[in-house]
Amino acid sequence: MPINQTLSGYSDIAFTTTVALYLVAMLLYFVEFAYGKPRRAVRERESELTAVGGAGGAVPSTTAKTPGRVEPEPRRPLPERFGGMAVAMTVLSLLVHAFSLVTRGLAVGRVPWGNLYEFGSAICLVAVVAWLVLLYRQSRPVRKSTTSTQLRGLGGFVLLPTVLLLFLSGTALYARASPLPPALQSYWIWIHVSAAIVSSGVLLFAGVASVLFMLRVRHENNPLKMVRFGSRLPNSQTLDRLAYRTTVLIMPVWTFAIVAGAIWAEAAWGRFWGWDPKETSAFIAWVFYACYLHARATAGWRGTRAAWVNILGLAAMLFNLLFVNLVIPGMHSYSGL
Amino acid sequence: MRGSVFSDALAFLRNTWRGLTSMRTALVLLFLLALAALPGALLPQWSTSRNGVQDYFDKHPTIAPVLDELGAFNVFGSVWFSAIYVLLFVSLVGCLVPRTGEYLRNMRARPVRTPRNLARMPHHSQATVDSSVDEAIAVARKRLRGWRVDERDEGNGTRSLSAERGYLREAGNLVFHFALLGLLVVMAAGAMYGYEGRVIVKADGSSFCNSGTYNYDSFEPGLRVDGTGLNPYCVRVNDFDVKYQPNGQPKSFHADVDYQAGESLDNDVWKPYGLKVNEPLRLAGDRVYLTGNGYAPVFTVTFPNGAKRTSSVQWKPMNMQTFLSQGATKFSPPGMPDEQRRQRNQLAITGLFAPTASFEGKVLSSKFPDLRDPAVAIDVLKGQLGIATGEGQSIFSIDQSMVESGKLNRVARENLRVGEQLRLDDGTVIHFDGVKRFVNLQIAHDPFQEYALVFAIAIIVGLGASLSIKRRRIWVRAGPTDGAARTSPDGSGTAPTSTLIEVGGLARTDQAGYGEEFTKLSGDVLGKSGHHSAPEDSHGSASARERNS
Ligand code: HEM
Repeated sequence: MPINQTLSGYSDIAFTTTVALYLVAMLLYFVEFAYGKPRRAVRERESELTAVGGAGGAVPSTTAKTPGRVEPEPRRPLPERFGGMAVAMTVLSLLVHAFSLVTRGLAVGRVPWGNLYEFGSAICLVAVVAWLVLLYRQSRPVRKSTTSTQLRGLGGFVLLPTVLLLFLSGTALYARASPLPPALQSYWIWIHVSAAIVSSGVLLFAGVASVLFMLRVRHENNPLKMVRFGSRLPNSQTLDRLAYRTTVLIMPVWTFAIVAGAIWAEAAWGRFWGWDPKETSAFIAWVFYACYLHARATAGWRGTRAAWVNILGLAAMLFNLLFVNLVIPGMHSYSGL
Repeated sequence: MRGSVFSDALAFLRNTWRGLTSMRTALVLLFLLALAALPGALLPQWSTSRNGVQDYFDKHPTIAPVLDELGAFNVFGSVWFSAIYVLLFVSLVGCLVPRTGEYLRNMRARPVRTPRNLARMPHHSQATVDSSVDEAIAVARKRLRGWRVDERDEGNGTRSLSAERGYLREAGNLVFHFALLGLLVVMAAGAMYGYEGRVIVKADGSSFCNSGTYNYDSFEPGLRVDGTGLNPYCVRVNDFDVKYQPNGQPKSFHADVDYQAGESLDNDVWKPYGLKVNEPLRLAGDRVYLTGNGYAPVFTVTFPNGAKRTSSVQWKPMNMQTFLSQGATKFSPPGMPDEQRRQRNQLAITGLFAPTASFEGKVLSSKFPDLRDPAVAIDVLKGQLGIATGEGQSIFSIDQSMVESGKLNRVARENLRVGEQLRLDDGTVIHFDGVKRFVNLQIAHDPFQEYALVFAIAIIVGLGASLSIKRRRIWVRAGPTDGAARTSPDGSGTAPTSTLIEVGGLARTDQAGYGEEFTKLSGDVLGKSGHHSAPEDSHGSASARERNS
């Protein structure tokens, strides 16, 4: 099938636009984060206590609305309006981002994740979707512990690695629209790679939560540390739970992705497991996440230590994505570079 | 004395065993496993990248031998890696056996008795309602359908329900861990009873038969494979077709093959198959893969005595982008009964082959991997090839020691396109007839791989169950309000009914999110039985306690 250059041109333009829009959204999140009211550890502890004491829903639910809608409420403080704009901007960029991937797929008549550029872009898309889903869920009235406004402070930190990875994908890793090499012509690319993308995206998100957890814990242990920064983050329990629940949610998917890869390898390379560098590093990342889940169930390992392990897991995922594809020769050298 | 030594030793063993099977040890071993695998990703491995290791040796001549000695290029076969996973799996067994027993006992046991003080539970709410204790309990029972419920009469007209749910979580966890064990065993068995072989077959109707290891170019048997009793079948490669994009990237590979196996082997019927990348031929328990391709130039040599010999031998692709290939096609002169003389008059055509030739002066290179304008740049050598010495010789090259010792001499150097020829001084004519394609086939056999798949699926399912199911408990206690109980100690039921219902909940796993379910559940239990004072959820965000529990 010939490549539709027009469509692929649109895709590229959309991609560039996406990066710019995410960048703007990120800055907006950071504005809210930096100039919004700091959630002082004291106030937080108070609300925690009241929650324990019986008034769980005491946190004002000023922002129980769907993300993406900017409502010019005159009484809302300015930074919060920035936050609202940030969410709107995120949704907008997500749409453009999706457009970019879809047109890339249409231009080449195949899945839009056939090389490292497309793969990186798709992972970022998943991370942003995960972020918006979380924000949406949190805005439902049943969630009392943390409001979506409080959570929004994380937005910039989710978008930061996303923008970096996107930028890297669009520059160093960029590959022109082209058909799949024979090695990748299999329906398993739908199954294995999409599962890998979804799990990478969500795990990226979980890793960010764990990093922020570590920072917040430092502040909570000693409120004099990281006063300006730490006090604005959601409390450590929220962050810890966020990291844990996303990891738990995605771990079976990630396991499935590896197993699907093994099934594909059996059809493509003659064995289902051969310690190819990519296989090895996926194994390492998986074991780190298994460690994380164990750590959460082992006395003395919860909290910071578990968070460290989760961060190691993310590091292994990134290593797997970038280093193994680019630097180490193996059968997975499909980066298209 | 001896008794105490013995019991000391026993205690030591017991402690060691306890330590080995503790969660903490499992965690540390898992961690070590990940770290130990790291060099396997960072450094080239003998098993996957022989050339990579060789390169590493060239680049780091001092440190490479040390690393090699440590097994860093053979991580997954190294003693230390094996030690870690063996320990891990011993620990796993030691952990699983008692847990399975406990689980089975748990399955049969009644849910835990309702604690005295439900207000102490992480989740708690209560209400006073206008219905009787019986009604309250009935409502609660109805609501707790799907839970394992046990009822107890606590006296004084007070009854309580204890309910538990989420037993499948532990089952899933056990399935998951057992399946890990199973997968390890099956992979080990596959490595012992499997084999892998490679063979090059010319795509001109040549065939390969899996009748013995001698038919392979290379053969890697498992420990328990001696190369006899292979699954019998034959594969014939009729044609091979590659399509390229304009930039030289391959678009598709397709080998047109026929095969015989089982019955068709006996009655000599060939069945067709289109062999492609990602679509191996599955035969009699073996799989045949298309893993590569290349070119075999065809030369016809006309010897001075008029005898003709045609030969085509695969030349090795040196560059996978352009398929510039290198090789050696060897001839023995016909019509020379004298062995000695024949040995001294052997002929070798060595050099480069380009599917799409590009000459820079006389230097040949290739512009494109497809056959557009094939040419060879050859040296013709005459003399003693050394084939008869009995030593195996690479089919891609000549024995350089023969050249160095002067037994083999270059007699011509020429570039030829298809149809061109070259005449040696002694009258021998070498004609470049054309090119054939060859395919690399890989044959793999692993009698256990289906089991591996079964265990892998069990791993996913078990993990999913274990991670998504929450083990949780709920207790409902309904009793006459204090006043009512006192005025009617016999609990005859005639007293004005006012019942205090208390609900307590506990999530037994490290999984936040029970709060929501509990709020709904307790609301139903308390709310549907009439008026009630506002239920008070004592821990709207229960995580504070859960974390410490
Ligand atoms: C072969 C290495 C092992 C791997 C890859 C592994 C992996 C995992 C994973 C991914 C989980 C989380 C999913 C779940 O809860 O089912 C888990 C949980 C668990 N593992 Fe393992 N495990 C291993 C060995 C062990 C050993 C040796 C023990 C015993 C000491 C053990 C005890 C447990 C327990 C008790 C849980 C449940 C934790 C909870 O309730 O959240 N595991 N394991």
